[in-house]
This record gives sequence, C-alpha cells and structure tokens, in this order.
Amino acid sequence: MVTVLGDARRARHIAEQVPDPELPMLTLADLGVLRGVEVGDDGTVVASLTPTYSGCPAMAEMRAGVAARLRDAGFARVEVRTVLDPPWTTDWITLEGQRKLAEHGIAPPGPAPRRASGPVPLTLSPTQRRVECPRCGSADTEESSRFGATSCKALWRCRACREPFEYVKEI
Amino acid sequence: MSDDHVYMTLAEGHEDDTRWAYGTGFEDPLHGVDTTVPDGVDAAELAALCVALGDDALVSAQRLAEWTTRAPELEEEVALANIGLDLLGQARLLYSRAGQADGTERGEDAYAYFRDPDDFRNVTLAELPGGDFAFSMARLLVLSSWRLAHFQGLTASSDPVLAAIAAKGVKELTYHRQYAAEWVIRLGDGTEESHRRMRAGLRQVTAYLGELFDAYEARDEVLAVLRQIADVAGLALPEMTPGDEGPGRQGRHTDHLAPLLTELQSVARAHPEATW
Repeated sequence: MVTVLGDARRARHIAEQVPDPELPMLTLADLGVLRGVEVGDDGTVVASLTPTYSGCPAMAEMRAGVAARLRDAGFARVEVRTVLDPPWTTDWITLEGQRKLAEHGIAPPGPAPRRASGPVPLTLSPTQRRVECPRCGSADTEESSRFGATSCKALWRCRACREPFEYVKEI
Repeated sequence: MSDDHVYMTLAEGHEDDTRWAYGTGFEDPLHGVDTTVPDGVDAAELAALCVALGDDALVSAQRLAEWTTRAPELEEEVALANIGLDLLGQARLLYSRAGQADGTERGEDAYAYFRDPDDFRNVTLAELPGGDFAFSMARLLVLSSWRLAHFQGLTASSDPVLAAIAAKGVKELTYHRQYAAEWVIRLGDGTEESHRRMRAGLRQVTAYLGELFDAYEARDEVLAVLRQIADVAGLALPEMTPGDEGPGRQGRHTDHLAPLLTELQSVARAHPEATW
C-alpha cells in the first residue's frame, strides 16, 4: 500500500511536469488540464486530461507526452483518459502559470466570465477589460484581433511601448 | 527543447519516418469518457442529433477554411481558421458520441469521410458557397447565434456526454457570435458599398432561417440578437421568407454540398487505409 501511494505521488509529479506543446513555458499542471493521476492495484497509471478548446490540436501531443514520460519513468502500463466535465476555463491556469506567461511576454487571462443559465447575452459595448502590457506594464493597450496563433490567444498591442503581444483570452 | 520533446513522441510506433503531416489516425477524442448511454435516453435519437450537429459544424468549418489566403486581412484569416477549428473539434466529439450511441462503434472518420451527400444532415445554409465577406459574416452570425442557443439548451441534456460537449461549445460559440456581430456592424455602419453588401448578405441568409427554426426553435433568441445588431448597424432586417431549398435535416441538399464533400473526402477516399 505504501508503495502504491509512493508510486501515485511519483506518477503525479511526472505527469504534472510535462510541458504544454503550444505554451512550452507552462507545464500541464500550470495550465490546469491535468485532472488526476491514479495508480491501480495492478500498477496501471491512469492520467486524466481535459481539453482547453474542442478543437485544440495539442490534445494528442499532451496525451502522447504524458504517456511517454510515465513509461520512461518505469511505469509499464499507462492509460491517458479524457475528461470533459466540468469544462476547462482559463481560471484553471494556476497563479504560477500566470506568472510564467507574463514572464514570457504573454499577458495572462483575467477571471473567466461567469454566466447565469438562460440565453447568453451579446455585449456590443467596447471591451472594458484592462490588459497590462507584459513588456512595459502599461495599461494603455488595445486588442488588434480576438484570435491569434493558437485557439487560446488573442493579439494585442501596447500604445506606450508600441510592441504587439499575445494575450490568453478568458474562456 | 530536449530530444524527448512531445512532438517526437507522436512519431513513435510509426515505422515510416517520411510522414509529412499529422492528419488521420487520431485517437478517439472521447477516449476514457464513460460512454454508457443512460437509461431513458433514446440512443437512436441521440445519435441522429449528434450527427446533425456534427454535420453543421464540419460543413461550416470547411467553408470557413476556404477563406484562408483569401480574406481581406491576415487577422481575419486567422480568426476564421480558428473559428473553423473550434467547429471541427465539436464535430469530432459529436461524431464520436454518435458512433457510441448508434451502436456501430464507428469512429469520427467514418462519418466525415465515408458518407455520401444524401447521408449528411446539416442545414443547407451551412453548405452555401462562401460568397463575399459580408455574406459569410451574415451567415456566421446567424449560425453561431442559433447554435449557441441550441448548445445552451443541450447543457441540460440527459446524456452527460452531449451535455459536456455542449458546455464547452457554448464558450467557443460566444466568441464566434461576437466576432460576426462586430463585422456585421462595421460593414452595415461603414461605406455605402459595405452597407449595400451587408444588407444583401443578410437578405440571402434570412431566407434560410425557417429551416433552422424547424430543426431547433430558437426564433426569439436569434431574432433578438439580429435586431440588436441591426439597430446598431443601421440595417433594416429583411422579411423572413421560407427558403426554396429542401431541409438538410432530411438529407435534401442544394447542389453545393456534393462538390464540397468531394474535396473534403478526396484524400481519405483515395487512400482509405492510410494513416500519416
């Protein structure tokens, strides 16, 4: 029993440290997509991942990465499962993850929108969101496109230092 | 990055190292999800609904992808490709769910690549050719508003897998609708020419609203959004007239679907056993 618990802790630690393929400064734990790691009585490791976006092409790489790291660490039987519920939101990104994003020039997300049940309202007023430039810290920034190089990012620019930057948009 | 970079691990187990892309042979996107169809849920109905919603998404994604290299600005290409990618992801999840529910255990590829136009159940609005940018924005606005309302309803589905797919989709569709709404306003409230084209695009799209509401009644919600936008954009909403075309949900399509599917399915059908 002690061994199984030790194995579980070790397996969890290994899976947590797998880098995200598209935001490699983040581990899967930082991104908040690792929902659980368990070791069964027969030694099988079951790791659970949740997708960020429905079409996120990095899911296959994440699964492959977790399986490979665990096998390299001596776990012969590894299964990586998908968990859809509850859906991932940017609130699952840890504080450490947010810090690393900013450190690498990517503005971290603010709190994800909370919605009541019923129809989703359409807001047409300009964005009130305050996004600080990750380079110079100025809040004098503007959105240039809500969609960027990956599903999770938007394109912004800073009016103070004139630099464009990416921003992990709230979802 | 060390040599155990995650992308390298994907190539393991493939003896042919001349692969140029990662395209088919995807893992089941629902792998490990409890796929039991709960008591009280009609499995055939569930499968049919998943196929219909998956087809709407796949066909829309293909039309959106056609804008790549042709959109007015690079940012718009990136946006439309991202929206298409979200929809493609929704289609993959829905097809996988359909294959479990209908008992055939077919994978996503069987639905996307190996069905003929008559088997597709998407609404015909999704399959119309791209037209100009104004028409594409009008269509995206209507389809994303309608799908958002539908998915919001499905978050309470008695099938937990469909409910979870819908809950994720709602977040994505909110962004899609927002994007389309802003363009409809910009074009409607822009130059004389952009206003004329936006009006024409909306008129073309409203002819297909009846078919959408036959498939899922969200008339009040969708029309409220359209009115909200039309007011801001200074656009008059056209009268709703029933479309001439047969309903896609019954497998009756326009002549535009077959060429779209021929292109989408050509590689998979030419090399049915291929993985790369």
